Order: sequence, then structure tokens, then C-alpha cells
Amino acid sequence: MYEFDWSSIPGALPFLAKGMLVSLEIMVAAVVIGIVWGTLLAMMRLSSIKPLSWFAAGYVNTFRAIPLVMVLLWFFLIVPHLLEQLLGVPRGTDMRLGSAIAGFALFEAAYYSEIIRAGIQSVSKGQMAAASALGMNYWQSMRLVVLPQAFRNMVPLLLTQGIILFQDTSLVYVSALADFFGTASKVGDRDGRLVEMLLFAGAVYFVLCFSASQLVRFYQKRLKTA
Amino acid sequence: MAYNWNWEVFLQPSATGSGTYFDWMVYGFKTTIGLSLTAWLIALLLGALVGVLRTVPNKLLSGIAAAYVEVFRNIPLLVQLFLWYFVLPELLPTELGNAFKQSNPFVQQFLSSMLCLGLFTSARVAEQVRSGIESLPRGQKNAGLAIGFTLPQTYRYVLLPMAFRLVVPPLTSEFLNIFKNSAVCSTIGLLELAAQGRQLVDYTAQPYESFIAVTLAYVVINVTVMVLMRRVEARVRVPGFIGGK
Amino acid sequence: MISINNVNKHYGAFQVLTDCTTHVNKGEVVVVCGPSGSGKSTLIKCVNGLEPFQSGGITVNGVAVGDPKTNLSKLRSHVGMVFQNFELFPHMSIAKNLSIAQTKVLGRDLAEAEVKGLQLLDRVGLKAHAHKFPGQLSGGQQQRVAIARALAMDPICMLFDEPTSALDPEMINEVLDVMTELAQEGMTMMCVTHEMGFAKRVAHRVVFMDHGRIVEDDSKEAFFDSPRSERAHQFLAKILQH
Repeated sequence: MYEFDWSSIPGALPFLAKGMLVSLEIMVAAVVIGIVWGTLLAMMRLSSIKPLSWFAAGYVNTFRAIPLVMVLLWFFLIVPHLLEQLLGVPRGTDMRLGSAIAGFALFEAAYYSEIIRAGIQSVSKGQMAAASALGMNYWQSMRLVVLPQAFRNMVPLLLTQGIILFQDTSLVYVSALADFFGTASKVGDRDGRLVEMLLFAGAVYFVLCFSASQLVRFYQKRLKTA
Repeated sequence: MAYNWNWEVFLQPSATGSGTYFDWMVYGFKTTIGLSLTAWLIALLLGALVGVLRTVPNKLLSGIAAAYVEVFRNIPLLVQLFLWYFVLPELLPTELGNAFKQSNPFVQQFLSSMLCLGLFTSARVAEQVRSGIESLPRGQKNAGLAIGFTLPQTYRYVLLPMAFRLVVPPLTSEFLNIFKNSAVCSTIGLLELAAQGRQLVDYTAQPYESFIAVTLAYVVINVTVMVLMRRVEARVRVPGFIGGK
Repeated sequence: MISINNVNKHYGAFQVLTDCTTHVNKGEVVVVCGPSGSGKSTLIKCVNGLEPFQSGGITVNGVAVGDPKTNLSKLRSHVGMVFQNFELFPHMSIAKNLSIAQTKVLGRDLAEAEVKGLQLLDRVGLKAHAHKFPGQLSGGQQQRVAIARALAMDPICMLFDEPTSALDPEMINEVLDVMTELAQEGMTMMCVTHEMGFAKRVAHRVVFMDHGRIVEDDSKEAFFDSPRSERAHQFLAKILQH
């Protein structure tokens, strides 16, 4: 039977905390960029200007057809190469964090845009008509009337997607970045206590994500009763 | 840009001597498909079971099902995969663990990946099945019971056939996800599509061609599955029934 | 046939039924009415055990509904029930809706069950629709199928839970006609309904409920001519105005 030895964990906590910061950094950056870019994509998708709508549909469908791992590998192995050649970025510059964030943001924007599109469509057409009737132009109607209502309906879904994104950040493992999980597995390997370290990492993710999803649920209930 | 495009690279004999680089792709493609389909089978069966349990009027059973879903939903897939592959064999009874560790590496990787993806996805399938059942009008359950069906019969003849029809579209997206998620299994050395893509980058001097080919292969899988599921949707459509509320 | 004695039911602190007592004899038609939220639907669902109750007793044909040893499925298989929202099984053809419980619950063979289903479908005037699906029929047609589905089980009595309140006005009569015919054939019936015309024509007794209590339980003549309680007065005044 396996004998557990948890003694290497306390010493590893500072490294793990540093890793967690990297994970959170990637998540926050990807959420912010993803939502902004996702909103633009959703508006393009719903636009009456056909080329815009086609572009958005193509973008979203392509990213949704590809595994996140592949996107991250593109950004880890290919894009830096491309940047070196195109923009003359000096060879060997460490772009891992930047390109991981870019990969995540572009990928997640596709998913966010679908949520946001559904949110915009959930606001009744009459609202847009009413705003126009008051003399607002398209941007004013969107910004002042439609989007605020849409976002209110979407908040729980956007937050849930944020939790998924946080879990997905562990995949930067493929680009050898020292995020929380990467650090845990590296330290576990070093100390020969991979079993304990992986169990510990799993427990930390579970506690964080479970608590966050309970909060979202609580918020959702309050939104319903409000 | 000083890049030499060379799509013929796939026809060259591979570095390991056997077959061409295209054969590598085919091997990866087959592994991805085989892994995803077997895992999907597990996910459907377990997911249906757990989803049904979540709706039964028994606190203990529905509580166990809820806990199952929360555990598999709140731990990242990659972490789960490492737990299956690196941790579980250590925690098994010594003999069983050793037998696993001494088996063919491909078998080890495939089994871990299959169980991991299957159970991970089953939690999501369970949620879809649950919400499908809950979206049926409450009166349907009463109608089944009132006509003399037992609770299991009511599920079998009344609730589940309808719930599964409602759940086909969301299950389609889970089915697509399982193919995409299978790429995570490249991290434990399973030579599926994404892993072969990485190998191609390492062994050939043609990273763009390699990645474009692998990415397209995923797109092809995605489109094929969508077309197939459209057919399924059309086949199970209930005449005169307008879906959703 | 149906005997309800001092039934009490509550959800937590909320009392839904208080000391309800009434009886339906064999061949009798009893109409249960009352304002919405008065507990009449809950009471009728207690009769075949779809709703549990905390105290008191209900027996149907001598079988105690609240007894944990009672085989409820067996009891329900010969107590027909018709719901407000029809509750046909949307994924089955009409013919299948009529035969499924006959084969799976009563163990009849399929051919026999289908013949019986078609006979009953003919009786409610819908034989031509056997191959269709519920979603392709109008509400009134669906409810007639639902009645036929219940009759296919050879019920000893029938429960109707607001069978016409989800219907457009022009469809109400086609359903009431089927129910009237049933009553005239001597079926034992307990009907929760607001259709006072139906009650006047067909019912033997009327039970009036308010706030979870049975306020009146009388012959229909006594109820319509001289209701004893103020609340029944008000109720009748409101409903008969139209």
C-alpha cells in the first residue's frame, strides 16, 4: 500500500503561491480581453453588414472547432517564430506568458461572443425600436439600452465561463509556463512526491472552483428574486 | 518572409523509418477517434445514470449524484488526467498497480485517458440529462404514475425518451468537446493528433504545414460530428412538438 | 367506492388540506369546486396517491391509499385520471399512447391493446387520428384522447382534475360531452371543475372547498338552490354571472 508523505508541501507553498499568481494573471487578462473582443464579435455577428457578420461567424466557428491545447501550441511554438520573422523581435525573447495570454484571450473570446450574442438576442426587439424612437442612434441604443440589459442577464453565464477559464489555465502546462499546476507538478517531481502534490493541487482547484460556483449560484438566485 | 512551404513533407519517409509522416498523422487521427468514441460511450452511460439519480425523490441517491457532478466539474481536466495516470496506479493494491505499470505504455496511456475523459464528460452529460428531465412538464411524471406505471417504468417509458430528445442538441456540443478535450491527453505521452503535430514540428523543418494539417483534421472531425448529429436530431424529432419553453 | 376521512396535508407550516371528509359511492358523480388555491386539485391527487398526506385516511374500493404496504401502481392502474394539461406522452403516436400502459402495466398483448385503444378512440370520435402525435391535435382532441387512454385501463372510477380549464372556449363542450356520456353510463366520477353547467346536468353531489376545507358537501339541488355558506354564495354569484 502507498505511504503518504505530505511533509514537502509546506516548504513548497511559496512556489505554489507564485504559480497561483501566474494562473490568476492569465485568467484575469484573458477574461477582460475575451469579454471585450467577444462583445465586438457578437455585435459583428448580429450586424446587418454581411462581411462583418461572416468574419465573426468564421472566427467563432473556427476557434470552437479547435482544441484549446492546439491553440496554445500554436501560440507557444509557431507564433513567436512568426513574430521574430515579421516584426524582427530578437530571437529567444521569452514571450511565453504574453503568447499564452493572447492564445487564451482569442480562444475564449469565441466562447464569450456566443454567450453575449444570446444575451443580446434575449433583449426584446421592442427595446431597440423604443430606443430608436427616442432618437438614439445605433451605438447609443446598444450602449445605453440593449447591452446593459443583456449583460445583466448574462452575468451568471459569464462568471461560470470564467471558472471554466480558470480551470483551463492549467493547460499552459504545454508551454512549460510555471502556473499553479505546472509548479505543483515540477515540485512534486523534484521531491519525488508527485502523488501528494497532484492530490493537493486537485484539492486546491476543487475548493476554489466549487466555492466560486456556489457564489455564482447564490448570485443567480438573488438575481431571480430581485 | 523566408519560409519554404513544402506540403510534400507528408510524403517523405518518417524519421523512425517506418512509413511516411502522413502515416503519423493517420495514426494520431485514429487514436483521437478511438479514444473519443470509447470515452463517449462511458460518458453517455454513466452520465445518463447520474443525471437520472439527481432527479429521483431519494435524498441519499440524489446527494451522491450531485457530489459526483461537483467533483468532476470543479477539477481541471489536466489535473484529473494526471491523477488517473500518475496517482491512481500508486494507490491501487500493490499487485494491481504493478500490473498496470508493467503493461504496454500505450495501454496505460489509453486506459487512463479513456477513463479520465469518460468520467469528466459524464458529469457534464449528467447535468444535461437532469435539466432535460426537469424541463419536462411536472404533469408528465404524474400522468405516468396515474396510469399505473411504477417510478422506474415512468422514467423508462415517459420521462427518459422525451428528455433524451430534448437533450440531443446540448449533447452534441459535449460530443464535440470530447474530441477537443482528447488533445489534453498528449500531455501524458499518448500519441493522438495533437501529440503527433508536436512530433512533426520536432522532426520536420515544416512547423506551419504540420500544425495546419493537424488543425484542419480537428475541423474535419468537428464538421463531421455536427453533420451526423443533425441527422440524429432530425430522426428523433417528435411530430408537432415545439421544443423548449 | 372512494372514501376520504379527516385528511390533513401541509407543506412545512403551510396547511393545504384541513380535515377533509367526503365519499363517492359507486356510480355517483361528484363535482368538486371552489376558488383557485382552495386545495381541490391537491385533494383529488391524494385519492390516487400522487400527493402524500400527513394524517387521516383515504380508501379506494377498500384499499388504503396512505398505507405504505399498498401497491400504489396497481391501485392507480384501475383508477383513471385526466389532467388539466392532458399530459399525453408527446413522443408516442396516439395509438401508442393508448396501448402502452395496457401492455406494460396490465400485461395485455399488443394486438389486443391496440384493438381496445382503437375502439375507445372511435368512441371519442378520433379514430382517424390514431397514427398522429399529440402535438398535431387540438387541445380538445388531446383531452378526449386522454380520457380514452384512461378508459383503456378499464378503470373502476375516474378522477378529473380541471379537465377543461386549459382549453379554448370552443373546445370545452366536446370534452364535457364525452364526460356526460360517461356519467350516464354509470361511471363513478370525481371531477374538479368550474363548469357549473356540467355540474347541474350531470352531478349527483357537489363538494365546495375553500382554504383547504370542505365547506359544503350536498346534493346538487341543495347546493345550487340554497348554499348554506356565505363563501359558496359569493362563489356561485361570481361564476354564474357570466
